[in-house]
Parts: sequence; C-alpha cells; structure tokens
Amino acid sequence: MDFDRIQEKLNILADAAKYDVSCASSGSDRKNVGKGLGNASRMGICHSYAEDGRCISLLKILLTNYCIYDCAYCVTRKSNDVKRAAFKIQEVVDLTINFYRRNFIEGLFLSSGIFKSPDYTMQRLIAVAKKLREEENFSGYIHLKSIPGASDELMYEAGLYADRLSVNIEVPTVSGLKLLAPDKKHDDFIQPMRKVKEELIRYNSERKVIKSTPKYAPAGQSTQMIVGATNETDKDVMYSATYYYRTFKMKRVYYSGYVPVTHDNRLPSLGTQVPMLRENRLYQTDWLLRFYGFAVNEILNDTHPNLDMEIDPKLSWALRNLHHFPMDVNTADKRSLLRVPGLGTLSVSKILSARKFRRLNWEHLKKIGVSLNRAQYFITCDSRHWIRKDLSANKIRGLILQNSQGKFRQNPNQLALFN
Amino acid sequence: METAKILVYDGSFNGFLTAVFVAFEEKLDVVDIQANGREQSGLFSDTEIIFTNLPKAKRVWNGVKNRSNNAITNVYFAFLSESEGIELMLYRYIQKLMGAKRGKHSDFSDETMLRIQQLSRSVGREKHRMEAFVRFQLTKDKVYFANIEPDFNVLPLISKHFRNRYADQEWLIYDVKRKYGIHYNLNQVELVSLQLDEVLHNSTRRSDALTNEEHDYQLLWNDYFKSTNIASRINKKLHRQHVPKRYWKYLSEKKEAI
Repeated sequence: MDFDRIQEKLNILADAAKYDVSCASSGSDRKNVGKGLGNASRMGICHSYAEDGRCISLLKILLTNYCIYDCAYCVTRKSNDVKRAAFKIQEVVDLTINFYRRNFIEGLFLSSGIFKSPDYTMQRLIAVAKKLREEENFSGYIHLKSIPGASDELMYEAGLYADRLSVNIEVPTVSGLKLLAPDKKHDDFIQPMRKVKEELIRYNSERKVIKSTPKYAPAGQSTQMIVGATNETDKDVMYSATYYYRTFKMKRVYYSGYVPVTHDNRLPSLGTQVPMLRENRLYQTDWLLRFYGFAVNEILNDTHPNLDMEIDPKLSWALRNLHHFPMDVNTADKRSLLRVPGLGTLSVSKILSARKFRRLNWEHLKKIGVSLNRAQYFITCDSRHWIRKDLSANKIRGLILQNSQGKFRQNPNQLALFN
Repeated sequence: METAKILVYDGSFNGFLTAVFVAFEEKLDVVDIQANGREQSGLFSDTEIIFTNLPKAKRVWNGVKNRSNNAITNVYFAFLSESEGIELMLYRYIQKLMGAKRGKHSDFSDETMLRIQQLSRSVGREKHRMEAFVRFQLTKDKVYFANIEPDFNVLPLISKHFRNRYADQEWLIYDVKRKYGIHYNLNQVELVSLQLDEVLHNSTRRSDALTNEEHDYQLLWNDYFKSTNIASRINKKLHRQHVPKRYWKYLSEKKEAI
C-alpha cells in the first residue's frame, strides 16, 4: 500500500464527509456467515467519540470530493477552491476491513461528490459495498448514500448490500432549496427515497411468506436537514421532518446546525456560531414525537412557530397545558405519565412496575431516578407534601430556571468583578 | 438460638451459588458470604467453608431463572461487579425473589431490588464499553492482541460478541488488572493467563512485537480521528463524558493526549 498517498486521501475525504451527522450503526441484525468477518450489533456501538463529542462508529468518508454541483451550503461544491481527491474501490475496501479487524469501527459510511452523473457515482458506491459483501465475506454495517437522481434499478441494487440508505434533503423548505442548490430538483431527492420505501415494504411482506428472503436495507433509511442556513422556523423543520417520517417510513431524521464553511451572501457569514442549542431542542422535539406520543401540532403551531430556547419542549408544552396536571403517579396511565416533564421513558417503565407493589412517595421517585426539580410541579404521590397548588405557569417556569443549571445557559446576573 | 454463620466460598460464581444453596437448605442465619482469601472471621459467628458443587449451583440458577430471566441476568452481572459486600446483597436479593410473587425483581421501590438492578446496569454498561474500546493490535505472530483494564470483570460477558464478530482471525483480549485473558484460536475461546514482559499501551514508541503495517493503520486511524472532528463544535466535556480518561491509555487514537 502506498501509505503516504492513502494518508493524504483519507485526510481530505474524511474531512469532507464529517458534516454528515448520521453515524448510527444500529438497527441491523446481519449475522456472521460461515466464519466470515463481522456481524452487526442491533443496538449499535460507538467505538470512539471525536473531541466535538460526536460518536464515531463508522468509517465515514467520501469516495471522491469532485462534484459537478454547486450547492451553496456544501464544502465540496464545484466553485470552492479545495484539494480534491478520489479513492479507488479497492482502497476503500482495504481501509474498511483493516479498521474493522482492529475493532476501530462498526462498518463503512460511504458518501460521494457527484462526478460525471448521479448513476455513474451510485454505481461506484454499490461496487464498494458489493465487493465487501461478496469478496471479503463482510457482515459489518454498511451505510450508503443514495445519490439524488440515481435510477430505480441502482437504488434496488444498493439495498441488497447496504444496511442503511440515506438521502440528505439538507434544506427543509422547497424555496430554500431553490435558493441554495439551484442545480438540484426536489424530486431528485424524493425519487430514491420512494423507491427504497417501496422495496422495504415489498421485502417485508415477502418475508412473511418466505422466511429466507434476503435482507433489503435492514436498518431502513434516514435523512438530514441543515438548520440555521436559511430563515426557516422550527415549525417548518419539524413539519417537514414529520412528513418524511410518515411518507417514507424514515428510521431517523437528523438535524444539523449549519457550520459556516464559505463566504456566500445567501448564507450566515463565516464565524457565525453553530446553533447547537437549537439543534438540541429540535432533537428533543423529535424524541417527543417518536417515543412520547406527542403530535407535532401540540408542540409547534401557528401561535408557537419556534421552540423555547430556555426550557425544553415538553416542559414548555406542559406549562401551556396546566389543566392536565397535577397527575397522580400511582394511578395515571402510561400515556399520561410520558407527558410529565422530568419523566423519561425509563422512569415511566420503572414507576409502572414499582407501583404494583406499593404506593410510591417522593423518596421512591428520587431513588428511581426521576428528575424531581421539574416533575414535582406536575405530579402528586403518596405523600401529603404537595404544597405547590395554584402556581401560575410563569411562576413555575421561574422556579425551575432558578433551581437548575443548563449547559448552554450563561448566568446574566453575575457581574464581573473588575469591569 | 442458632449461631450466625459466615460462609466462605472459592470466589467463583458457581461457588457463590452453592453457598446460597447451602444457606437455603440448612436454613442458616447468614451474616456474610465471603470469597476465599478475602475472608474475615466475625466475633460472634461461625465460619463455614463451602465446596463448589455444580448440581447445587445449577439448582439455584434454575430456581432464579424460573422466577425471571431478568433476575438471573441481574444476579450474574451484579456478581461480576466484584463490589464489596455484593455476595450478601445478592443473597438477600435471591431470598426476597423466592419469597414473593412473580415479578418481584421489578419492585424498584425496594432498596435491594433497585440497587442490584442498578449494579447490573453498570456492569452492562462496562460490557458495552469494552465491546467498543478494545483495540486490537496485530502482532508479528498474526494474533490480534488487546489489553484492557475494565472496572468490572466483564471478560466472560464479551467473549461471545467477539467470537461471533471476528470468527476468521485469531485474537486475544487480556485483562491486565485481573491477570487473565480470553484467546480465540479459530475454533473456540479459551481462558489463558500470560507472563507479559511488556504491557502494550498505545505508546508512540514502535513496539518490536508489532508489524509495520500495524503501525501504519494506527496512524491512519489517528488521522481519521482528527479529521472527522468539527473544530467549531468542540465540546471536550462531552468528549470526556463519553470516553472517560481511565480508558485512554489503551486507545490508539488518544496517543498524544497521554
């Protein structure tokens, strides 16, 4: 192996791929075949974490950063003056296998700039996956990017080798897409998603009849949206996320706070802070929709188009709907308990099993791990200490903010000593 | 009145289960269960030595398992935590489990039940971490070798994961703290103990035991680790939370940080 050349390519192409936030390696249960290499872990494994705190579970690289498109938000766009490089298929295979054997990674995440045509690019991506599966007998995780505009036949083939497929929608609104990525059409993104969804449904129904039906993208598909690049509201973002979850059976929608990479008057300027808090709140909302039984219009609607940055979306919903509270943790049903601020899915399931044995009081709840600093205003339990009747929403909000710390919060009341 | 007993077993899990069996069968008033070599005799109690007996251990295992699969997992995982006084706490756990209706293991308002569940989860977390943080290094005799120093005794728990995953390569994972390892010889996994003259840390010095190719791949991995980081989002606190410092010395990507 020509070590120096590979090293240079890896640096360029890993650097260009890092803005893709998806690094999930979960959801696939591919088994090791005939004493080969690798098996997927259903819950996924993060083998390391970068210094920005993000999980590293896959070797995330571009096949090449040559690109015929000129999307404003993208670091590898045609007009940007950066070093270009391209991997050979065998080089990617070797890197993946050797990293995997040392337990560095769960598998490969392969994306690419678009060279020549979408179909040509997609073919190369598939060739890597095919080689890994068929020649190396590799059963680790493979995440392939669907190239916008790739044909249906290729998307079908990709799913046979990959565990997950994804197309990044990037800009949540159609108007934003026109502004920032004039060469790309909205339909180019939708087409591969639709094809993958159809195949997933077909394969699943076939599996019900014939158990040995081969796998087709067992970890499903995902997409990503950039937030903070155009002036979209949180409502825009979450409504389109809901649309993708519903229409294309997405496993995940990722939200990526825009990291300014270039000078462009259509975009926030270089050095603008990455909207990390906003990203965090969007993920919280996403979880509320997927695991806590909330509907998107309960959290975001025309009167509340944006999320409250100071408090989390569940608390903010609860403060607007105080008539549902207080709830008795010893009698309320699961659906209602999930809506109490400070109770997560784990606490709720613990409460449900523990209360079969005795009525729970504050002490029990604290030991179980309920975060009482928020929950105490919304629940009653087996105790007469429930003094917080008739507090207004604003009052509760103030009390919670006062008695808690937030990682993004700065203390405005603290005056500097020597200014 | 019957005198209180301290049971001393050989330190193995089966030994512990035998002790539980004996305590139940003879209706002993157990004040402590201690591993051989770590025992301390009490002033007002007798000491009884327990000899490991597989059929007896098996009966306790099955008894707990019939109550609930979660419960037996909790017992085994919590036992591997090696935390002080764990044996007595597990004995009380099993007592409560057998003396109540089904589902007792999920009585999280009971201190013992909650504590064992939490310990078992910590061990589960450590198991998961080890599946992530083992870093194999290819030695000149073609063995993928890794040192670990886990907080809990998780080697017995991770062996299946690695056997399934790396079925076509010879590997060895060695617990430096507990001085034993597991070795896969392309057919099965065996327990081994080694005389290590040098513990392979992730030092920047090139070790003679490793191939050149090995050093190249470690370098590539280090480069990858750096270039995949987004500098404008740096969050070292979160980083340390996910990868606590005590694991760094065996992680090749943290070479320079040490």
